[in-house]
Amino acid sequence: MFDIKDLYQEVIVDHNRSPRNFRVITDADKTMEGFNPLCGDKLKLYIKIDGQNISDIAFDGTGCAISVASASLMTDAMKGKSIDEAETLFNNFHSLITTENEIDSDHLGKLAVLAGVKGFPARVKCASLCWHTLRSALIDDDKPVTTE
Amino acid sequence: MDKKSNAAQQQNQSLRFDVKKIRNDFPILHQIINGKPLVYLDNAATSQKPKNVLDAIEKYYREYNSNIHRGVHTLSENATEAYELARLKIKNFINARSNKEVIFVRGATEAINLVAQSFGRNSLNENDEIIITELEHHANIVPWQLLSEQTGATLKFIPINDNGELIIEEYEKLLSKNTKIVAVGHISNALGTINPIKTIIDMAHEYGAKVLIDGAQATSHTSVDVQKLDCDFYAFSGHKVFAPTGVGVLYGKEALLEEMPPYQGGGDMIKMVTMMKTQYNDLPYKFEAGTPNISGTIGLGAAIDYVNEIGLENISQYENELLSYANQLASEITGLKFIGTAKQKTSILSFTLKGIHPHDIGTILNNEGIAIRTGHHCAMPVMERFKIPATSRASFAFYNTHEEIDVLIKAIDKCKKVFN
Repeated sequence: MFDIKDLYQEVIVDHNRSPRNFRVITDADKTMEGFNPLCGDKLKLYIKIDGQNISDIAFDGTGCAISVASASLMTDAMKGKSIDEAETLFNNFHSLITTENEIDSDHLGKLAVLAGVKGFPARVKCASLCWHTLRSALIDDDKPVTTE
Repeated sequence: MDKKSNAAQQQNQSLRFDVKKIRNDFPILHQIINGKPLVYLDNAATSQKPKNVLDAIEKYYREYNSNIHRGVHTLSENATEAYELARLKIKNFINARSNKEVIFVRGATEAINLVAQSFGRNSLNENDEIIITELEHHANIVPWQLLSEQTGATLKFIPINDNGELIIEEYEKLLSKNTKIVAVGHISNALGTINPIKTIIDMAHEYGAKVLIDGAQATSHTSVDVQKLDCDFYAFSGHKVFAPTGVGVLYGKEALLEEMPPYQGGGDMIKMVTMMKTQYNDLPYKFEAGTPNISGTIGLGAAIDYVNEIGLENISQYENELLSYANQLASEITGLKFIGTAKQKTSILSFTLKGIHPHDIGTILNNEGIAIRTGHHCAMPVMERFKIPATSRASFAFYNTHEEIDVLIKAIDKCKKVFN
């Protein structure tokens, strides 16, 4: 049995209430849409790339607290990262929310608050939607992302 | 307001309806979910099954599991008899004229696809029009979109007002001599609106159009008399009416079904097959290719027995009490907005909560042992109409209690606390 507060930690509630980087970048180098047909969560990522680095990243759309907070935290974490670093972060985050074992989450910083979704399997897709969308944008896959 | 005493008071009013006794007929209800007693309020998605249904299925597999309509041995004869008895029970349940008008299918979705493909594809062309509504479940939208693509027929829809009721004046404007099919849900799954189907059917018939009623949400709440309604087709699913999944019914007027070609080919739907030609079987078997869901159908027959024993009138009266109790308590929650406020509606409480996404509500409620549905309810046009991505939907059945509604309301309050 899980305490609901494990999932809805203060940081998540805060990022849902006032999401960071929630805006449109009109001259983005890459944009990508992500969609979860099961619950209707929809988001769009805007990315500015300077050489090999993510110089700016933002999102808009609608979704549940978990998906909005996850996108807010992710965009915060991605600013200034290289594309290789982004890939590593993607993999680490993916392990954080899907693997049974405790993993070392120090290097994930604030993102670690999303570890609580592990206890709520139906919500893992909410937390991972923006990450799959980012990955798809960075590897130049033109297809919009859906979680199904 | 003291909610507890209010619940007790309400309960007294429903003494004639012994919900405690009824709950004993449903084994699944008595369990602990996430440390709390299960409160199952997702009945519009699927209903729970009473013991007599579970027993009927088990008895079939333990005592006379066998294929139907072919064996001369005793088990096969017993299975055939039970299967056909279920057809008779359904014929009486919806007051069809004959057993030939009761076709067993996988569910309402298959029934609607059958009509679209077998009836529609063979009789529509690019000058024709199909009318559906803005309230429909995707199951009563997509088959008609497919048919429209295949035949060139135009698809039109009746809009709804802010309460979630069909605007009949708009329907009147859509009808013309080109209207060939009108397909309307009896009761909306997303909002609970009970549509004035008798009026809709009569108006369509004025123009010679055929009418299909999607009754998936209706048969567990209200009695259906297909002769009185004079609908041409009526579709429903077993699992929404306390029977297993994977079985449903298509009612069709005999004369129409006779004219329609088979939907699928295979065993059981033939009289004689040579390598060149097949002579199709009589109704209803013409539409029942392959070995059907025998145990599910027998289970459906048992479910109908159960519903008849309780009585649909008692059921709908009790459910209306539950709904008005829930409405009363929910209306006191600040930030809660009802979606779907039709005058005529079944026991569905669809709502949004300011600043909290339905998915989060669903998770928090689940942690309290409460099962509700959150999302677009396979009715995305309805969500679009109300300009919302999703709602939270609690749907009540006759085995739910006033106390369970108290638990629901308390949990909705908890959602607000988590996000404040």
